[in-house]
Amino acid sequence: MVTKEDVKYIAALSRLTVPENELEKFTEQFNQILDYADKLQKLDTKGIEPTANVLPVSNVFREDVALPGVSHEDALKNAPAEHNGGFKVPRVLE
Amino acid sequence: MAKYITVIGLEVHAELKTKSKAFCSCSTEFGATPNTHVCPVCLGMPGALPVLNKQVVEFAIRAGLALNCEIQKFNKFDRKNYFYPDLAKNYQISQWEEPICLKGHIDINVNGEEKRIGITRIHMEEDAGKLVHSGATISTSDSSAVDYNRAGVPLIEIVSEPDMRSAEEARAYMENLKAILEYTDVCDCKMQEGSLRCDANISIMPEGAKEFGTRAEIKNLNSFKALVRAIEYEVERQKEVIEDGGHVVQETRTWDDAKGVTLSMRSKEEAHDYRYFPEPDLVPVEIDDAWINRVKSELPELPVQRQARLMEQFGLPSYDAGLLVSSKAMAEYFDKAVKTAKDAKAVSNWLLGDVSAWLNNENKEIGDFVVIPEHLAELTNLVKDGVLSSKLAKKVFAEMLKGNKAPKDLVKELGLEQVSDTGAIEKFVDEALAENPQSVADYKAGKDKAIGFLVGQIMKKSKGKANPGMVQQLLKQKLQ
Amino acid sequence: MNLFELTAHEAHEKLVKKEVSSVELTKALFDRIDKVEKDVRAYVTLDRENALAQAKKVDDLLAAGKAVPALAGVPGAIKDNISTLGLRTTCSSKILENFIPIYDAHVIANLRKDETIFLGKTNLDEFAMGSTTETSYFGASHNPWKLDCVPGGSSGGSAAAIAAGEAVWTLGSDTGGSIRQPASFCGCVGLKPTYGRVSRYGCVAFASSLDQIGPITRDVTDAALVLNTICGKDVHDATSLDVEVPDFTKALVADVKGMKIGLPKEYFSEGVDPKVKDCVMAAAKKFEEMGATIVDISLPHTEYAVTTYYIIAPAEASANLARFDGVRYGHRNMEAASAPEMTAISRTEGFGAEVRRRIMLGTYVLSSGYYDAYYNKAMQVRTLIRRDFEDAFKKVDVILTPTCPVTTFSYSDKMDPLSIYMLDVSTIPVNMAGLPGISVPCGFVDGKPVGLQLIGKVLDENSILRAAFTYEQATDFHKQFAPLGGNK
Repeated sequence: MVTKEDVKYIAALSRLTVPENELEKFTEQFNQILDYADKLQKLDTKGIEPTANVLPVSNVFREDVALPGVSHEDALKNAPAEHNGGFKVPRVLE
Repeated sequence: MAKYITVIGLEVHAELKTKSKAFCSCSTEFGATPNTHVCPVCLGMPGALPVLNKQVVEFAIRAGLALNCEIQKFNKFDRKNYFYPDLAKNYQISQWEEPICLKGHIDINVNGEEKRIGITRIHMEEDAGKLVHSGATISTSDSSAVDYNRAGVPLIEIVSEPDMRSAEEARAYMENLKAILEYTDVCDCKMQEGSLRCDANISIMPEGAKEFGTRAEIKNLNSFKALVRAIEYEVERQKEVIEDGGHVVQETRTWDDAKGVTLSMRSKEEAHDYRYFPEPDLVPVEIDDAWINRVKSELPELPVQRQARLMEQFGLPSYDAGLLVSSKAMAEYFDKAVKTAKDAKAVSNWLLGDVSAWLNNENKEIGDFVVIPEHLAELTNLVKDGVLSSKLAKKVFAEMLKGNKAPKDLVKELGLEQVSDTGAIEKFVDEALAENPQSVADYKAGKDKAIGFLVGQIMKKSKGKANPGMVQQLLKQKLQ
Repeated sequence: MNLFELTAHEAHEKLVKKEVSSVELTKALFDRIDKVEKDVRAYVTLDRENALAQAKKVDDLLAAGKAVPALAGVPGAIKDNISTLGLRTTCSSKILENFIPIYDAHVIANLRKDETIFLGKTNLDEFAMGSTTETSYFGASHNPWKLDCVPGGSSGGSAAAIAAGEAVWTLGSDTGGSIRQPASFCGCVGLKPTYGRVSRYGCVAFASSLDQIGPITRDVTDAALVLNTICGKDVHDATSLDVEVPDFTKALVADVKGMKIGLPKEYFSEGVDPKVKDCVMAAAKKFEEMGATIVDISLPHTEYAVTTYYIIAPAEASANLARFDGVRYGHRNMEAASAPEMTAISRTEGFGAEVRRRIMLGTYVLSSGYYDAYYNKAMQVRTLIRRDFEDAFKKVDVILTPTCPVTTFSYSDKMDPLSIYMLDVSTIPVNMAGLPGISVPCGFVDGKPVGLQLIGKVLDENSILRAAFTYEQATDFHKQFAPLGGNK
């Protein structure tokens, strides 16, 4: 059972906030979905390899060759704020 | 006060010396204008995907073999999730469950005692970008600017076992590790530039205790000196906490080099839940025996092997050889110099003595040394051949440091050739004997010491240039 | 016949024969858009100027007697989660409302090489998370067949554009059915290729291990043509397969004699609308009449697929969408005092409720203590679902199912998240196993289109194309047009 506090914690990990008035509904929906997800628990999967990559492909590499990237102008084209050629952010520590 | 045992484990991040980044083709060059070595991939643009640079795997295998590790045949990458402005995707591509190397070790020697330090694992990952703060430090800054040039530069993280018991052992481990990474040419190991970085996990426990104490992780150790100072400080701090009846808190602390203290970095968000899961954008890396064997066969001479060779080939003492090989550049300088030197031990003595002292003093690396190996060799040859006395050799050396001049030319320029002309020396001897009858009488009365005084007088007259051997010989002849 | 009703291969023929110019064709489509878009709302962004300039360029090539590729000068539209250099790409999210990409997706680069025309970017559920387009920040699209009904999703804009005559061909993306389900709701052909057939480079990632770009078109031939252009190994996508790309139009042979078609019983269970089931069973009968053998099969882990999907997809999404932090691009709250606060507020303001819900769900199933119970378990079940298909394909060449258990429904039928999730019950297992699947029109229920799904073996797009083409040649569902804007 996921509590409102759990939802707040998960929100913080996700860098989201849950408005107080949505918290109740969110928690309820969360539980509904997780109850549904518990369906998997009845399946015995002992010894079953998890599928991380659906097709059996390995060793796909790039050769170590440096190529020009995008222009500095393009890099910062969508930047909400800029300072000295960098992406400006407010103070990093809370 | 109870006795405590210090327990140290090191986590070392080494930037790999690839030309391009780990997962995109951007250049890894250091010091470029901010955000000029970037592309959709390392900027974390929507829709961009990583593709692994093969050289990263090659270097990781090489480092792993040099550090006596087992190379894992099956490798995959995982996402390590955390938010930070310098992490473009807000996850780092790293290896969690399947690191490329396991179970290695480095042998260290502290005060003549050999000790083996275990290496738990080595894994491949990508570096983050850099924050340039508006103020002096992160906490006094209202804003920061992010530069993603470094984002995506490949790293290996080398995690040691908690096998070290003192700051000296940690330093020795770090020095040996640095030497090995330099020898294998996988990292340029410039601690000041951040291409080799070290975090230390430090705890203390009462003597006889079975379980380790709670550890603190110390970050921002950018030099050997900082490593040693930080460990010494942190151990004292933890002792005080315990002696005062408190508990050491498991936390991350940062080393403030200027103040000489470690400071807690505890953030509001206590949780460090990285939510690792397999990186779906990359496929597994399978390393077969052929690959491992090829890298093994191409491994360069490593510090221990080189040390053994210097001992055998040139008869150097173990200690001297060990010091020489601890820096790859120093060892290479030695190897170049001895090609033309007549006395290898003399070259070694110069390197470990005057040369090292000068480099330390000037805060320079042997790579920046103005004297070329051939000239140092020539200097030792001039001494060996009796052209220069050791004393004058130092004078010449001082001149060599001012510019790239050959010692032979300097000797001429300064008029320092040793006088080995019998006639000239005889003149000085005769003068000295005439001026010091008392010493002559003393010698003849059996006081052997008097001859030393006479030699000194003769050398003085010759301005130090007379061949001391010939002076001795002539003097003895005349006194008989 | 109206120009906007042409298929791509018909348009190509007319262009080559100089019966129509690309500029005329492009203008006809914009005229159509001007007429019906207010009702359909298939597009997020239109790009008239560049489209017409490109049309002129193709006309010049044709006038100079140059041979041109099949899609040259034939106007299409792109789902707005595929990166187009210089052309706004929003993912139908507030967080990317003003985002201008600095690079082209691999598929876009390929299409540009083939001198095609992009009319604009089509609407989708925000970040492709949904099955109706209702979660789009720019408002839902409408089903041209019934304007008060959903077009399906997430590629609802792409499907609606085809059904409304607002594009000749479109691209969608499919993570759990997002191409096939809207294609079925809008009476179009929608094809999800084998995972790795088409590069994902430039497709804004939702669930990386499941996402695949594919075409939504008027007929099977067009699907093959678009596939020909977008498939192939891409050095920028490590998961794109280094395999030979056949000419898919060669598979368009109207013959299924001897083909073994499997009917999995789990896909015809009680959750399926009986009228939908009737249409698909009728299609099975048709296949049988044309010489195919119908084989009853079982895919026993089907019932777990939706649950598995709603663990794996949000987990991957929670990481994929972490990059939207207000630092480098996208919406930023300018008042926040610190970077962590700025990111949290920007994301909360920028993402809609469904996206936030899935990010949090994904974060939860990956978090310490829950990984094994949820994420790892789901990955294991994924293996079981894959094996079901491997076993089935030992007996059959292709598998036939309804694309969706129901037909389109009204916006007023408010559904809770779980009921919406169940719409993808027949399409999700195909993504789980990385297989190719195609949805083809197979009838109408109360004037609403029904689609059948053909599922193929890994990299065997040819068999599903051939079966779909054969069926299409024997039926005329695909030739019907939505009763919209005065036509028919």
